[in-house]
Amino acid sequence: MTKHTVLTQADITRALTRISHEILESNHGPANLVILGIPTRGVILARRIAETIRRIEPGATDVRVGSLDVTLYRDDLAHGRTRTPAPTLVPGSIDGATVVLVDDVLYSGRTIRAALDALGDHGRPRIVRLAVLVDRGHRELPIRADFVGKNLPSSADERINLHLTETDGDEFVAIEGGRAV
Amino acid sequence: MSTSQKQSTSMRHLLSTKDLSRDAAIRLLDVAEDMSDVATREVKKLPTLRGKTVVNLFFEDSTRTRISFEAAAKRLSADVINFSAKGSSVSKGESLKDTAQTLAEIGADGVVIRHPASGAPAVLASSGWIDAGIINAGDGTHEHPTQALLDAFTIRRRLHGSASRGKSLDGVRVAIVGDILHSRVARSNLWLLNTLGAEVTFVSPPTLVPADVSGWPATFGFDLDAAIDTQPDVVMMLRIQAERMSAAFFPNSREYSRAWGLTDARFDRLGPVSIVMHPGPMNRGLEISSAAADSARSTVREQVANGVSVRMAALYLLLSGDRENA
Repeated sequence: MTKHTVLTQADITRALTRISHEILESNHGPANLVILGIPTRGVILARRIAETIRRIEPGATDVRVGSLDVTLYRDDLAHGRTRTPAPTLVPGSIDGATVVLVDDVLYSGRTIRAALDALGDHGRPRIVRLAVLVDRGHRELPIRADFVGKNLPSSADERINLHLTETDGDEFVAIEGGRAV
Repeated sequence: MSTSQKQSTSMRHLLSTKDLSRDAAIRLLDVAEDMSDVATREVKKLPTLRGKTVVNLFFEDSTRTRISFEAAAKRLSADVINFSAKGSSVSKGESLKDTAQTLAEIGADGVVIRHPASGAPAVLASSGWIDAGIINAGDGTHEHPTQALLDAFTIRRRLHGSASRGKSLDGVRVAIVGDILHSRVARSNLWLLNTLGAEVTFVSPPTLVPADVSGWPATFGFDLDAAIDTQPDVVMMLRIQAERMSAAFFPNSREYSRAWGLTDARFDRLGPVSIVMHPGPMNRGLEISSAAADSARSTVREQVANGVSVRMAALYLLLSGDRENA
């Protein structure tokens, strides 16, 4: 079993800082931004991005951040074990807003498909964008990310292991298993 | 993809609160919190149970419970078939077995059953006549688990508000008042509240206590004034069920009200934070006064709204996931 660290804590912080700048650049400022994380780790990343935006952009104090759980919108609920939903917290109305969805790892794209359905039941944003810390490929749906921390081409039998201080006590992105890296 | 998918085994049926573990009960109440958020959104519907069929099989009249289950199933996008025994083939003598097999052929994924015979839902669940998730919506004098769950949910929300997720009811003192003998609501509440850590006191006329309560984790009393003096956190009034009053359990309704009703005077003596519950439908002026029922400390209307959320949670946990793995 091989384990190979791809991103350290400092790398993760740098990637999130860059993503925050890119979000501000594409939105021409902080106006009407709503950052929504997908539980569990996406919510933590969303909070960090919102904090960074508030720090680097004067007048961005009203950037809103929340969570969007997709469990009840998944396309595989009839199979496997029953999943417990996590709380959804959408801060205020998203009608006409620029919503940035944040997830930790982008893989098949099915979570994001579910997130887009869930989002539509909360209102009608003007623009929806996607930010992910790691894009590991293997898409099963026509979905792509607008902001990517690290492109990590991987084989399907490898495991991407992502730890964040808030949930795991330590922080890194590692690739495990599969054939030798 | 979201990396942390908290998974655990599914529930196969919901027949009683007696066999519900503390973790399973808290998990169901937590899912109900997520379900209740749906009612505050722009689109009050989830696609979760699309393509599933839920049959409401009611052998006893109940408008409130049936429409609550119907609203819950529809809010989860399930198809709902309402089957009431009146005017159906049951009134022509069809057996429970034949009814169940008919529902199986129709393709029911979930059956919500109310039946005058205690144990009928358990028979349906264990018979092999139908491979559907069974929810007991009240059977004879046995249990009514979703009522107890919505009561626990209501108490937890009153105590903890938006911080309710994951919490139990440890140390909460609940007085349940009225006809314990015939009440399936009292039984379901006793087991669930006890599992969640609450202390239950029953107050009733001596004639309306079951003959053998040796295995019941509760204290029993006959004096409502004494119970009110202990300032319980929750006073739950049970309905006097005229349809089950086959014998002379108490002299007349005025006498019952004077000794065991939550009158204005008793309500005034309750502490300012005690909450007043009633499963409905209420007999105003008999077991509960209008002032008590309509006060800010009464949860009667919240209980109805919470009932939909709790039933959504039960339907979701029963009807999602592989049923073979359950």
